[in-house]
Amino acid sequence: MQIFAYIINKNGKADDTALELALAAKKLDSEAQVTAIVAGSGIDSVCQEVSAAYNDVWKIDHAALAYPDSEIMGKILPKLLPEKAVLLLAHEYLAMDMAPGLAIRMNSAYIADVTDIEGLDGSVAKLVRQEFSGMVSTHNTCDLSDGAVITIRPGVFATEETPAVGGSVVDKSGDIVIPETQRKYLETVEAEVGDVDISNSEVLVSVGRGIEEEDNIEIIKELAEAMGVDYSCSRPIVDAKWMEKSRQVGTSGKTVKPKVYMALGISGAFQHLGGIKGSPFIIAINKNPKAPIFQVADIGVEGDILEIIPELTEKVNELKG
Amino acid sequence: MEILVCVKRVPDTSENEIEVNSEGSDIERDDLVYSVNEWDNYAVEEAIQIIDKVGGSVTVAAIGDDESEEVLRREMAMGADKGILLSDEAFEKSDGRGLATILKATVEKGNYDLILTGAQSDTGAAQTGAMLAAMLDRPYASLVNLVEVIDDSTLKIGREIDGGNQEMHEIKLPCVLSIQTGINEPRYVGIRGIRKVASVEIPTLGAADLGIDTATIGDSGAKTKCIDYFVPVMGEGAEMIEGDTEEIVVKLVEILKSKGGIK
Ligand SMILES: Cc1cc2nc3c(=O)[nH]c(=O)nc-3n(C[C@H](O)[C@H](O)[C@H](O)COP(=O)(O)OP(=O)(O)OC[C@H]3O[C@@H](n4cnc5c(N)ncnc54)[C@H](O)[C@@H]3O)c2cc1C
Ligand SMILES: Nc1ncnc2c1ncn2[C@@H]1O[C@H](COP(=O)(O)O)[C@@H](O)[C@H]1O
Repeated sequence: MQIFAYIINKNGKADDTALELALAAKKLDSEAQVTAIVAGSGIDSVCQEVSAAYNDVWKIDHAALAYPDSEIMGKILPKLLPEKAVLLLAHEYLAMDMAPGLAIRMNSAYIADVTDIEGLDGSVAKLVRQEFSGMVSTHNTCDLSDGAVITIRPGVFATEETPAVGGSVVDKSGDIVIPETQRKYLETVEAEVGDVDISNSEVLVSVGRGIEEEDNIEIIKELAEAMGVDYSCSRPIVDAKWMEKSRQVGTSGKTVKPKVYMALGISGAFQHLGGIKGSPFIIAINKNPKAPIFQVADIGVEGDILEIIPELTEKVNELKG
Repeated sequence: MEILVCVKRVPDTSENEIEVNSEGSDIERDDLVYSVNEWDNYAVEEAIQIIDKVGGSVTVAAIGDDESEEVLRREMAMGADKGILLSDEAFEKSDGRGLATILKATVEKGNYDLILTGAQSDTGAAQTGAMLAAMLDRPYASLVNLVEVIDDSTLKIGREIDGGNQEMHEIKLPCVLSIQTGINEPRYVGIRGIRKVASVEIPTLGAADLGIDTATIGDSGAKTKCIDYFVPVMGEGAEMIEGDTEEIVVKLVEILKSKGGIK
């Protein structure tokens, strides 16, 4: 089988997922030839960097790709890749833009956000993914006989060691023709900076949709104040405009690395957990004992935050006298 | 502008404990509270706001069984003008490609300038809009958190990327966009609003009405198939603190103190 991995790269560096995809490819088929695809403008250092972990690196260097344009890539990759290729991508912002359409244009199978690979039976892969915000997992079959596009959840194949393969870089830049596009990239607007930078907070009291109403946000602020720490939140709290965006923890918010993280009425979606680094001590309070957050938390309480939080605040205040 | 919004009826995960049934063939569907997929509600609100500015109409379409009609009616109570229920036994067990095939046929029955989907549904796949766009060979953008109509043929859009940063693009109509939450504040729908649209007719279209070859959809057209459901085990799991609120709070304070959680 010929497996390809699309490498996300920025400012001359490959994303962490570059190695993860190499591992995922080996897990799918340990015999496979695995080729990294690096597209962009001025990407020699990225190609060198990833060549250690891949049999080959295909370099696609073009000024039009300085911004990783999913419309352009979506049209040139089906022409460049051999028939029935299996293409892996990390399930993040670029893949959500590009990967499903690629599968249609390549006329191949598509499966998104794979969290584990259980093996191959002939041309059928057995893959694990999650549904319902991570509350249940599913086994899936994916027929690779017409090729496939598979996106892999970032972090699940995280590794310290580089699989030593040591491939060479093949320049494919001359093999592509940049197509006309209907979508034109203008600029990137940086996220607004808030009054506190939670990415440096040592302790975070973090609240999710379990808080139910805007008025209840007050009890979170009171707890944080009593503890003398910062507060943060999950995405729905920002969507509802109950807290500013700069306090959102997660892949589309801030990356935080506290020592202690309190998850209050937060279910534990992977996009939320993806923003929590450095393995903090996690205390979760949730009224649903099956909430995924309890799988990653150190300490859990099954209960109502609206009842527990005010009492906790009172106890902390007592302690401080 | 003629806008089609694809909406899906899903179990409300903030209201329900989702459990796997005893055979592992599905989740326990009895007694679940269903609602419209969160992302789709933002998409419908966005569509309504666009036509409020530039004129036109909003149609909502759902693939599902008869119960999906309730979701269509809810979105019509918000302000969508028309609803289409896409329902047929042949649609069951479709994979993403199958669903996009059904939606493509639906799009081709109308004359839409703009098609909106949610960024993702309960499947967590985030695939349907992108597949539909590729099948229609129309431009696409995912995770859209801003839409501005420039003129009859062009939109300016924002795409949310990592860290809350935003990519700005110009995109040509007709196009497909997947909408991210937070783009707007979806309006409240009261019982009265729902009552007002209770008797509006919602047509049901099946494979034959849409001219779809049933071999390309449903189980037979699926290249990816879900074979069973199970409860994930991610880590060792939390140590659960039990007791009444007083006991819990005392223990939490102890733990917080020992971990340096109280300053
Ligand atoms: C591209 C993309 C990017 C995203 N980026 C982010 C991100 O950066 N950050 C982020 O957080 N999310 C992000 N999300 C959204 C994410 O998928 C989830 O929807 C979100 O994290 C859920 O937030 P929540 O846990 O607060 O809400 P829910 O999932 O609704 O969970 C609420 C929880 O509260 C519990 N609860 C309810 N009432 C109470 C009570 N009284 N007491 C105790 N517990 C209670 C419920 O049991 C439930 O577990 C992103 C999604 C996408 C598609
Ligand atoms: N059964 C369905 N009926 C109508 N629209 C759907 C259906 N399934 C998915 N969609 C649309 O596709 C979006 C993304 O869903 P998904 O690809 O399942 O993550 C949803 O937000 C809907 O807009």
